[in-house]
Amino acid sequence: MDTMAAIRETFFQECEEQLGELEVGLNAMDEGVADSETVNAVFRAVHSIKGGAGAFKLDRLVRFAHTFETSLDLIRSGQLSPSTTAVRAMLRSADLLADLVKASRSDHPVDEARVDAQIAELKALSEDVKEAPASANAAGGEAEDLDFQPVLLQLDDFGASEPEATRYTIKLIPAPELYRKGNETVRLLRELSRMGEFRVECDTQHVPPLDVIDPEGAYFAWRVELKTAEDEAAIQELFEFVIDDCELEIVVDRAGAVAASEASPPAAAAPIAPATAAPIAPAEEAPVFAQPTAFTSADPIESVAAATAVEPDKAKIEAAKPEMAATPATIRVDLERVDRLINLVGELVINQAMLSQRVLEAGLARSSSVAAGLGALEQLTREIQEGVMAIRAQPVKPLFQRMSRIVRELTDATGKVVRLRTEGEATEVDRTVIERLADPLTHMIRNAVDHGVERPEVREAAGKPAQGEVKLSAAHRSGRIVIEVSDDGAGINRQRVREIAIKKELIAPDAQLTDGEIDNLLFMPGFSTAQSISNISGRGVGMDVVKRSIQALGGRITIASRPGHGSIFSMSLPLTLAVLDGMVVKVADQTLVVPLTAIVETLRPKVGDVHALGVNARVISDRGGFAPLIDVGQELGYRRDAGDPVGSVVLIVETEVSTRCALVVDAIHDQRQVVIKSLEANYRQVPGIAAATILGDGRVALILDIDTFVARTNRSGVGQEPLLAAVG
Amino acid sequence: MSMTILTVDDSRTMRDMLKVALMDAGYRVIQAVDGQHGLEVLEQETPQVIITDINMPKLDGFGFIENVRRDERYLGIPILVLTTESSPEKKNLARRAGATGWIVKPFDSAKLVDVVRRVAA
Repeated sequence: MDTMAAIRETFFQECEEQLGELEVGLNAMDEGVADSETVNAVFRAVHSIKGGAGAFKLDRLVRFAHTFETSLDLIRSGQLSPSTTAVRAMLRSADLLADLVKASRSDHPVDEARVDAQIAELKALSEDVKEAPASANAAGGEAEDLDFQPVLLQLDDFGASEPEATRYTIKLIPAPELYRKGNETVRLLRELSRMGEFRVECDTQHVPPLDVIDPEGAYFAWRVELKTAEDEAAIQELFEFVIDDCELEIVVDRAGAVAASEASPPAAAAPIAPATAAPIAPAEEAPVFAQPTAFTSADPIESVAAATAVEPDKAKIEAAKPEMAATPATIRVDLERVDRLINLVGELVINQAMLSQRVLEAGLARSSSVAAGLGALEQLTREIQEGVMAIRAQPVKPLFQRMSRIVRELTDATGKVVRLRTEGEATEVDRTVIERLADPLTHMIRNAVDHGVERPEVREAAGKPAQGEVKLSAAHRSGRIVIEVSDDGAGINRQRVREIAIKKELIAPDAQLTDGEIDNLLFMPGFSTAQSISNISGRGVGMDVVKRSIQALGGRITIASRPGHGSIFSMSLPLTLAVLDGMVVKVADQTLVVPLTAIVETLRPKVGDVHALGVNARVISDRGGFAPLIDVGQELGYRRDAGDPVGSVVLIVETEVSTRCALVVDAIHDQRQVVIKSLEANYRQVPGIAAATILGDGRVALILDIDTFVARTNRSGVGQEPLLAAVG
Repeated sequence: MSMTILTVDDSRTMRDMLKVALMDAGYRVIQAVDGQHGLEVLEQETPQVIITDINMPKLDGFGFIENVRRDERYLGIPILVLTTESSPEKKNLARRAGATGWIVKPFDSAKLVDVVRRVAA
């Protein structure tokens, strides 16, 4: 990849991080819990974006970032107080900045009016500040006057002198500080020499004997005679950085003739008398000095310092050094490489399992050294797998921060006052899971603000604070990640939910449902309690879509609600999509894997539990109702007739098509984590089958996709035709 | 033997840009992500030139320069300050802290290398 293009990419990635920091910091300021370091971090974030934007000539971005930065600087310096109005303005500016970054990245147009309006808002704020803002320099045009003097590569040219040339006499007495700051007289003189005709003399009369010299002292005085077309300002600029650390005198010689070679002392009020040093050759590139001996006898400070036993006050320096916390080092890796690595590790896990199995089958005793070695191998393999999975893991923080902005926009749009609280932002999940979580999460947050939280008047009437709170949290729990979206709103109006469900014929009018079951009606397709379909929550995009998205990720979602107090949506997701927790079952002579997240219950039916329904269908008693029995072996074409559920194992599974189904399998092997291997990549997509895995005995086991599998059968449990007649 | 330059900047973008410009000019580049880290890196290796940003977390440019200047081991190393701010106040602060020179962002590579050549004889 072209280097600049790569760096540009880096810049935009960095912008995302900075915008995230900005969001966090501004939110803290909004809540009044920001300290000065937070405010500084906020300033730095915008400053950083502006810096990079300038490098890539993203002028629109630079222009707005500059105004934004100026306002933040006012807050940082205490000139502008971080009132609610001011901070809200900053938050709006942050949103606009994010949009400008996005537009700059893809070179899209920007709503100029919006930018102008925001700039106006920021400027209005600074007008309240009594003193003029400190750094009010325009974005562009800063550079030239403050840079180093452009090098004037003038070849020495005695013959034709510039008509405008002026002669200067420059006297320079460096103080020790000049050297300490890394400046060198030699360089200054070199720069001067490049400006024109140049002669320099060094006065060494103040250099003490070697045994009393302070290596860090400065004893030289210099006198330069320069004939140049440059003006005095240019010369002064050369000394701009050392001006505090030396005595400098620049005298314009208007009188014309300046003595050549052998210099006779001008009767100046100069503090030094120029030495009768040897004549100096005209300026060349190399620095030129007086008697080499005088110079070398007192070498540059560094080497003398090294020669003498100058003990640095180590203790003082140690104490002065700030606490060295470890800086996290990162590298950036191509995502493809990571995916390939994860794949390979998956293979490794499978092979290791196979090896273990074969060794056992070969009859080697458990106590044998081979078995012991295998145990160690298994342990190591598991650790490698976990380590590799962790590479793709990312904190959920950026995702949560996106939600923060959505809540802000909704607050403006709905007139409700809502605050988003987040917890567990550092919790890490596989990046693919994060990506696919964005939409469902957005939807739930929108719902919480739109439907959950009441209007301020309603809340106050109920004795609640006018500001509602939506809480978003993430945590690791028993090998999965649990994400909760909760609000302190009115909770689910069960009466209304029931009515709507009946009206939409989702439940029978006389159905007896527990509170929990009513709450879960929200997840049924086609359900929407919005009286008017608001733009915010979308047209008919209901919780059923959310649930399906979560389940597609291998997750589960549940809801709990307390009227008057609010609701909690709780999602449990796998940490990664490369492995699956599954139940390994035997069906006919085949081994299958059923995703654990789909299984609600397992049982061994007794005679009285099974009932016939019509000719071919059977159901099983389940929680006061009935669940259709599906013979997996028959459905998949492993056998022609359904087996007898009694004496088999039944897995009660929950899908979104029909609430509960009972799958009949022959036996359960065990429960384990399996490595997912794509069927599409290796064969083709087969309906009803999600993927495959390779078991320890080397055989392929198919992983059922419960939703599509059940969907292909009627509710009565009779399939259309065997799904896998041809597949062995 | 090419010269080693230490660049201290909290922006990855800036670090990359500096590295590219300086390496193209034949320098060897070592990096730090903020002032504190810069001091740590200095413990390991002494560069011939230091280029540092001003606004950084943990320890900013001024603090970093002050620390370096207090340390006898790094006596005389030219320190260039790289920043978007160009106010006289900041310039004075940098000077008083001990900076050798000043470059304003956005810079172009040629200008950057030119300044480096000038302070590092």
